[in-house]
Amino acid sequence: MTMTCLETVQAYGLRAIGIGENLLPKSDFTLCQHFTLIGSGMIWNLYFGTVALAFGFFLANALALAKAARNPWLRKPAEWFVFVFRGSPLFIQFFIAYETLVLLPRSGIEIFGLTVATSWLTKAWAGALLVLFLNTSAYAAEIFYGALQSIPKGDLEAADAYGISGWQKFRRIQWPTMLRLGWPAYTNEAIFMFHATTLVFFASFPAFRQMGDALYYANYFADKTFNPFIPYPIVGFYFVLLTLLVTGLFGWVNRRLNRHLPQNSRVRNRLRMNLIR
Amino acid sequence: MFSFCADPKAIEGLSWLVCYLTSAKHLSFYASFGTVLLLLVVTAPAALAFGFGGATAARSPFLPARIFGKTYIAMVRGVPDIVFFLFFVIALDQGIEYLKSLAVCPDGAWPWQGLEFRVCKEAKVPLATSSPFWHEAYGFMLAVVTFAIVFGAFVANVLFGAMQAVPRAQLETAEAYGMNHAQVFRRILVPQMWVYALPGLSNLWMILIKATPLLFLLSVEDIVYYARELGGSKTQAYEYPHGDWRLWYFLALLCFYLLMTRLSEGVLGRLSARLSKGQATAAGEAMRKAAA
Repeated sequence: MTMTCLETVQAYGLRAIGIGENLLPKSDFTLCQHFTLIGSGMIWNLYFGTVALAFGFFLANALALAKAARNPWLRKPAEWFVFVFRGSPLFIQFFIAYETLVLLPRSGIEIFGLTVATSWLTKAWAGALLVLFLNTSAYAAEIFYGALQSIPKGDLEAADAYGISGWQKFRRIQWPTMLRLGWPAYTNEAIFMFHATTLVFFASFPAFRQMGDALYYANYFADKTFNPFIPYPIVGFYFVLLTLLVTGLFGWVNRRLNRHLPQNSRVRNRLRMNLIR
Repeated sequence: MFSFCADPKAIEGLSWLVCYLTSAKHLSFYASFGTVLLLLVVTAPAALAFGFGGATAARSPFLPARIFGKTYIAMVRGVPDIVFFLFFVIALDQGIEYLKSLAVCPDGAWPWQGLEFRVCKEAKVPLATSSPFWHEAYGFMLAVVTFAIVFGAFVANVLFGAMQAVPRAQLETAEAYGMNHAQVFRRILVPQMWVYALPGLSNLWMILIKATPLLFLLSVEDIVYYARELGGSKTQAYEYPHGDWRLWYFLALLCFYLLMTRLSEGVLGRLSARLSKGQATAAGEAMRKAAA
């Protein structure tokens, strides 16, 4: 029984989230199957990256402010959080999170007579997301903290001279400038956050019913066919597309953040290095 | 290791812990930290060499070399590095065995047949009859080459940027003195580029440290492997029965990595201060003012 490519896409296009044909192909692998299944796995990479970045943005802002705070009760915890998550491999963080989460009682925790289920935390969609969220928050916090430190002195003095202070000064002067200065580095962080999502199913979180990410399926094909030259370049292809998309989207935000400035003093958005975590 | 450890079931408390932590398997665990350090020590210079070659090729006046260098640098951007790790380990292994099969196999058939990669048994690397040591050493060697290729591309990117950052006037002056391309490169460009390359290289060193657990994915028996083996719960059938202690082992690994990061930060900070001394950069200027 051979399938046309359209049938393959219908059967496996959403396989990674459990919709469609349950049985993975076992032999006679076609190029179409490679592209479809690996592409279907990209749904997970997109999910992890997007959600972690979206929530991480807020925590990162809070952490950056806490790290810049004068009060040691705010500053010290933030410094340690950033150091621990930036100073250790994401791989180890995944292991620790998984081992901790499986230690929670299976039956759930009783709080005020209500039983809170815990088993969902050991699933990749929640547990790995939690780790990625905390990890990207730490990296982004360091970026925003650095940006906060490099706000031009003149801008702050001008705010004082206009009588803008406190929350107003933060909301209207410091925060937008911090974002503007930190944005190129943050773009980079976003790209590598998406790259880091490939680690999820290779660290300790098991893929439930063979529902894995792009690399999981690429690895499946490579294991079955003993041919690494087709599946891995396909993953690469998808990630290059994703990188271009992220660069475009963040570039658009960067242009908005810089739109009040004359052409020559804008912050350029350039891809920089910050690779494995 | 100690004489009182002869019967682990009879002892308890602190002496049990001492015996437990000095069991043969634990000693291999401690030795595997050496594997990680060995990987760092071997990979760092190898990646530096690959990177230097890549950066030099990327700014060569000879077009094919330039294309090769630029492709090498661009390769690792945009694609997650773990993809390269998984790819290169198989690809290198198959490449080596294919080349060897051309030399030693009598029929020399194309090895990729259907769903198998098949070479004659004389062409296996290492041979099936070799000792386990050679199998491990070969696995480690593949891992080192893979790390060197991937990190070499990162280093090439940093060094390429550093070479561009050396002030143009320096090179032009050298040319005006009558030096040729190779002389300018060797005498002027290379000695001056390091101060510009150091921040990028320090960053890469940190990343390299944090990439070492990937050895586990390349099926080398590294610290992650032992942490999982030792930490898993042991029944009464084992000498030292215990529950699931993996969390503690991984916390120990976390401390190891945080310590490595802290130490490296200290050393690299000093190195950067050393290289900035007397340089016409902001950091060098600040040092001059502080001394005055």
